[in-house]
Amino acid sequence: MSGASKPIAVEAPKGLAARLRDPRVRGVLFQILAAAAFAALIWFVANNAVANLQALGVSTGFDFLNQPAGFDISFSLIPFEPTDTHLRVFWVGMLNTIFVAALGIPAALILGLTMGILRLSPNWLVTRLVGTYVEMVRNVPLLLQIFFWQAVIWTLPPVRNSIAFGDAIFLNKRALYLPKPLFESGMWFVIVAAAAALVLAIILSKRQRAQRDATGAVPNRWVVPGIIILIPAAAILLTGVPWSWELPEAGRFNFSGGIQIPDTLVALWLGLVVYTGAFIAEIVRAGIQSVSKGQQEAALAIGLTPRQTMNLIILPQAVRVIIPPTTSQFLNLTKNSSLAVFIGYPDIVAVFAGTSLNQTGQAIEIIGLSMAFYLVVSLTISFFMNWYNRATALVER
Amino acid sequence: MSETQNYAPGQHPDLAPPVMAVGPVAWVRRNLFSNWINTALTILSAALLFWMIPPLLSWFVLDAVFTGENRQACAEASGACWAVVTSRWEQLFYGLYPSTETWRINIAFVGLLLAVTPWLAPQIAFRRQLVWFSLAYPFLAFWLLAGGVGLPTVHTGQWGGFTLTLVVGVTGIVASLPIGILLALGRRSSLPVISMLCTGFIEIVRGVPLIMFLFMASNMLNLFLPQGVQFDLLMRALIAVTLFSSAYMAEVVRGGLQAIPKGQFEAAQAMGLTYWQSMRFIILPQALRTVIPGIVNSFIALFKDTSLVAIIGLFDLLNMAKAIVTDADWQGLSIEVYVFAGIVYWIVCFSMSRYSLWLESSLSGGHKEAN
Repeated sequence: MSGASKPIAVEAPKGLAARLRDPRVRGVLFQILAAAAFAALIWFVANNAVANLQALGVSTGFDFLNQPAGFDISFSLIPFEPTDTHLRVFWVGMLNTIFVAALGIPAALILGLTMGILRLSPNWLVTRLVGTYVEMVRNVPLLLQIFFWQAVIWTLPPVRNSIAFGDAIFLNKRALYLPKPLFESGMWFVIVAAAAALVLAIILSKRQRAQRDATGAVPNRWVVPGIIILIPAAAILLTGVPWSWELPEAGRFNFSGGIQIPDTLVALWLGLVVYTGAFIAEIVRAGIQSVSKGQQEAALAIGLTPRQTMNLIILPQAVRVIIPPTTSQFLNLTKNSSLAVFIGYPDIVAVFAGTSLNQTGQAIEIIGLSMAFYLVVSLTISFFMNWYNRATALVER
Repeated sequence: MSETQNYAPGQHPDLAPPVMAVGPVAWVRRNLFSNWINTALTILSAALLFWMIPPLLSWFVLDAVFTGENRQACAEASGACWAVVTSRWEQLFYGLYPSTETWRINIAFVGLLLAVTPWLAPQIAFRRQLVWFSLAYPFLAFWLLAGGVGLPTVHTGQWGGFTLTLVVGVTGIVASLPIGILLALGRRSSLPVISMLCTGFIEIVRGVPLIMFLFMASNMLNLFLPQGVQFDLLMRALIAVTLFSSAYMAEVVRGGLQAIPKGQFEAAQAMGLTYWQSMRFIILPQALRTVIPGIVNSFIALFKDTSLVAIIGLFDLLNMAKAIVTDADWQGLSIEVYVFAGIVYWIVCFSMSRYSLWLESSLSGGHKEAN
């Protein structure tokens, strides 16, 4: 190699045309052009927007947030009056969106996990049934399913003939009524005790694992769950059960007391859970199937039971495949909760980007704020899931 | 003891295998009753089926009413009132399109089937001619549907029902794939400005629900355009749906691009291919092939998402169904109409997913290990 080959002197081509053929020069030029085009687009849009807004006489800026909204909201987690401001509307809508997502995500996860595992069961009948569910739900628009669930809820009896589950839970075409816990001051003690128990349990289980790794002795596996259950239970007993239940009571036209979950929330929640559950089921199935068959055979060959094979060999590997797409399903569920606007559940899109926008006409500010909210939620969920994903990722040596 | 028969060594006829090892009995044992969990599951699912199928069957078919002028026709029946669908199917499929002109939609639909065949079945006869036809088809279809030049004009406000769903879905699919590919290439580009712009667009779009974009299209698009320039509603919906799904498409394509080994890029460069040549001939054919299932999934998602255009006041299949439900003649029959609309959506989406499965297996060309 050395000395044998003489470096070939390449005469650099000169002139503008030749320069333009140089990939580096081209790259820089191309980028300048793209940036300029983008800036021009922004300038064009902003210019038009200013001109149009002036022509329409719409005010700009965020002052409208402090003006009274003037409309009522049918379901709200925080107290809301029509005299409250648009900013309050934003909070109410935001909380309602987060509320339905928080109710939907765990339910969809449980449904999806169950269905995904059932779909891989050796039982022919069960596989077919779950397959039917998945294929039926995945290929029909979510919005249609939500309408369908609402139509189903409307076939329930009216308020005076509500379906009762004991004295505590009532269901009719307008709402689902649940008992409401009323907390007393002793609840704080219970919450603190539960948190302390959780921290203690985490520390202890880490120490147990370290001990097992060091010595091979299997620690008593009842200690950690025992701590988590017994300490809060003791706290509850010590404070003398610091809550009571407020039962919904049938009035003349409607129920009073308790927690009232409106039909729209039930329909939305059902739609979101059934729909997302089908997608998660497919993800779980694909994840488990992605673990190569040799792993299972090897595990069985070294004498693990089928259950141990599943828990110790297959699932830990499958989880890594399952987590990222499941995260995006959680995000989808949150974003899909915006379909609430079609059935009248007051989420952020319905009340803020809908009603508030119609009242104030300040489209740019309101849509900007709503989009910012969704972006923040997306980023938060993916941050937590990425963190969890890193914690379970394969540690390569 | 009956008489014994003697066989020479090796002459004994083969015995039938034990009943418990082959045949239906063994199949049932293996697949339905292999252990107690399995048995319990079987009994549970069988109970579920027995509980669900007879009422469903009688609701769907046996006790259903299929024809009638209004809901009085179904007053007696306990089953579904399909009369609402049979008497309103024209609206469900053609929207408010003038009924004397619906033949144009029918021709456009047949044309659509012709136009997609060369892409779906690469081995078809006259493929070259069909490809030319499908390139011309968008213009042809627009002329047929909108009118002008010899045909009476039909304003897009009158388009509706399944026709509108197809228009939005097909336009979105056709437009979002190339835009998505460009965005994916841009995101992977080594030029920082390009990659930043593309990444920003993709991530913002994916972080926000489609409804927000439709709201934007209906409330803000006209603010951003010079005064006097107006897009009609359908156009705004098309822009919103296309841009939205192109971001998802871009992520699918990026997955495919990342699966291509670096050597392929380097080899293409070493051969002296330009960037676009190497993408066109080397990278994209491989990358797209690996992500066909993802692309088809995006198509399906897009087709389902077309139902959201109702928010800006378009009457697609679902919104039309909703409008029929609120009609005084048919009030209270929402489940029937929604079930019917659901079946239509299901047929389209399910065929797409089956087609992708078939394509995947026919393209894998023996790469896939037999399982």
